[in-house]
Amino acid sequence: MKVLMKGNEAISEAAIQAGCTAFFGYPITPQNEIPEYMSAKMEKAGGVFIQAESEVGAINMVYGAAAAGVRTMTTSSSPGIALKQEGISYLCGANLPCVIANVARCGPGLGGILPGQSDYFQATRGGGNGDYYTPVYAPATVQEAWDMVFESFDIADKYRTPVQILLDGMLGQMMEPVEMKVHPRLNIDKPWATNGNADKRPRNTITSLSLFGEVLEAMNLQRFKVYEEIEKNETAVENTVKEGDTVAIVAYGAPSRIVRNAIDELRAEGINAALIRPITLWPYPYDTFQDLPKSVKHILVAELSMGQMVEDVRLGVNGKYPVHFYGRTGGVVFEPGEIANKVREIMGKPAKPLASGQKQMTDSNLKGGI
Amino acid sequence: MPNPNNEATRRVVYEKSRGLTDTPLTYCPGCTHGTINKLIAETLVELDVLEKSIAIAPVGCSVLAYEFFNCDAIQAAHGRAPAVATGIKRAEPSKVVFTYQGDGDLASIGTAEIIHAAHRGENITVIFVNNAIYGMTGGQMAPTTLVDQKTSTSPFGRAEATTGKPILVSEMMATIPSATYIERVSAHDVPHITKTKRAIKKAFENQINGKGFSMVEVLAGCPVGWNLSPVDSMKFIAETMIPYFPLGVYKDEGVAV
Amino acid sequence: MTRMVFSGFGGQGVLVLGEIVATIAMHKGKEVTWMPSYGPEMRGGTANCSVIVADTAIGSPIVQSDIDILCAMNGASVDKFLPRVKPGGLVLVNSTIVTQKVDRDDVEVLEINATDIAGQVGNLRVANMVMLAGFLKKTDLFTLDDITTVLKQRFAGARSQDLIPLNIRAIEIGMGE
Repeated sequence: MKVLMKGNEAISEAAIQAGCTAFFGYPITPQNEIPEYMSAKMEKAGGVFIQAESEVGAINMVYGAAAAGVRTMTTSSSPGIALKQEGISYLCGANLPCVIANVARCGPGLGGILPGQSDYFQATRGGGNGDYYTPVYAPATVQEAWDMVFESFDIADKYRTPVQILLDGMLGQMMEPVEMKVHPRLNIDKPWATNGNADKRPRNTITSLSLFGEVLEAMNLQRFKVYEEIEKNETAVENTVKEGDTVAIVAYGAPSRIVRNAIDELRAEGINAALIRPITLWPYPYDTFQDLPKSVKHILVAELSMGQMVEDVRLGVNGKYPVHFYGRTGGVVFEPGEIANKVREIMGKPAKPLASGQKQMTDSNLKGGI
Repeated sequence: MPNPNNEATRRVVYEKSRGLTDTPLTYCPGCTHGTINKLIAETLVELDVLEKSIAIAPVGCSVLAYEFFNCDAIQAAHGRAPAVATGIKRAEPSKVVFTYQGDGDLASIGTAEIIHAAHRGENITVIFVNNAIYGMTGGQMAPTTLVDQKTSTSPFGRAEATTGKPILVSEMMATIPSATYIERVSAHDVPHITKTKRAIKKAFENQINGKGFSMVEVLAGCPVGWNLSPVDSMKFIAETMIPYFPLGVYKDEGVAV
Repeated sequence: MTRMVFSGFGGQGVLVLGEIVATIAMHKGKEVTWMPSYGPEMRGGTANCSVIVADTAIGSPIVQSDIDILCAMNGASVDKFLPRVKPGGLVLVNSTIVTQKVDRDDVEVLEINATDIAGQVGNLRVANMVMLAGFLKKTDLFTLDDITTVLKQRFAGARSQDLIPLNIRAIEIGMGE
């Protein structure tokens, strides 16, 4: 039986069902339903909930709980995730598994609480100091958010890495029916944990520090070997482009749903557009763009930002196709008609009036003009 | 005169605590960190909790403490040790969790974390080593640096007008309703070291007995950072630091004293 | 596909109303989305939510235009959303609060004296539920039994069981108007 749930609620309950026993959070909109849910349910589930003194406090509690070997999670929204970067860097440096969900808003700075995708660089480029990445999952439906929480905890344990789930305020706040399937969890021993069991094994230490160049370099090279495995095994994409399609539109997360509506509209008028939806943002499905059908002539990237993922698309395309961009920012969400009009423009067809009365952005707008 | 080679007359009068590993300490000559490390190590052995202990090392001179304490140990980001300790202790409540932090770590960058660990009444032990300076990074001014004290970032002496007076951490922590035990001690001579050991032991006993948050502030010497000889730096603690940072129990069993 | 907007003052229960409609549709095997306005309008001002009910997977959950059913609990909601209702669409208006004329002749308008009726049954907070009478009269999306089933789930706690007959009575009075 399905249950109508908010994205934020789905992430919370799925985490508990996935065996998360330590949650550390801090209030920030639009993710507040998660700490609220955890405060009500975590203790009954035999776990720990703490409302930390800050996002910095919360991520460092995660560092401690992860070091002790339990499944642990924190969640926040964009500026709060920025504060957690110190901790995320340490978690990566110390090879500690955890899950971090970012219910993103728009920025920079305090920005606003409306949906945004401008944390793409922060999520996929490490975000803090040092050479590291974290796997980043981008759900587009509440059901997918539910399922990805289970996968994220498994991937975190399997590769000993923090995993990020990057959604946006739209998906966090919206409700959809969820099949609350409890996926079997990957049970991995954690003989490295600093959990005070030195009577049963040699003592364990956890650190990201090494003052010797060769030692630290070896640690980093080892970590990048793991990254290579992650890239090989975990890259995920939904590619709907078929022979005969001329325009591939790349979008991720909840905004990819708006692109689907635009594609329906375009196909109805004879323009064969199709969606490429990266499911993991790191590792990124670069190869997808080298194996597209011959009929493809244009790539359009649609993001709720000034253009961040578009850089990865260009890396994947590597000059093979023209790459176009359409974005809205500041919490303004593009409507399907805007994406359709952008494709019409690319195809040399006239624009249609926008149903919402929103103003179509032009290339010159998106390069900084108004 | 007894023959030292005679088995019958040989006896062990002192040995390194098994609470410490064989890793050579990295502290400077005359530094009191080594003494305080040893007191903690002895305490963990005496209370028979070494194997179930988890040490949290800070950033600062004791950053490598995770190599010294002979138990599970983890290195934390600058100032965040009390948050890391919270995460571990909540995940493993039956284990003994302690942080070892200096004044830059605890009293400057980590004020939010230490205050809120106490404010939640975390059942952990905090050993706060106050030597009134940032030692590791080259002797910069700390929040606990005394007025007029010269450091590498207060070359003319700490100016009260622009940098305020040294922060009194124990006095401040004692005002937190959920803190259980707060004491300031000193490591400058044998009688005081004995008292320091007693305070550290009590702070760990409190945790073992589930009494909540305990912090022991230990006044410590930094001859290199202070530009004093080891002997003079001990005198500096006795004559200059203690008058400003009075020793004593500031809170016990949740009651201010 | 049915695209709906529920709108009113914060506190009038429009978000819950939309959630109840979405839940009923989910139980009937439909695809549904419910999307609240959570922006600057949230505190004190107007609140609204978009609900889409469909037979196939739903793309965008946002209903900014092409509204099939508008449920307007206050005047500001009429001003804001009436121009976005599809020709032939349905506009349900809480006529106790909405004083202006609903100025379109290409949509069907049903006035429901919701806040008054809620007062008659002794609980102003059920005004939102009275609006469901409009759905029962003008659409075939669900029946009174469907509403009862969902209310029983929502008020599963023993203390609030008496709220169910109160809500049903309010809806029935709305139907009779």
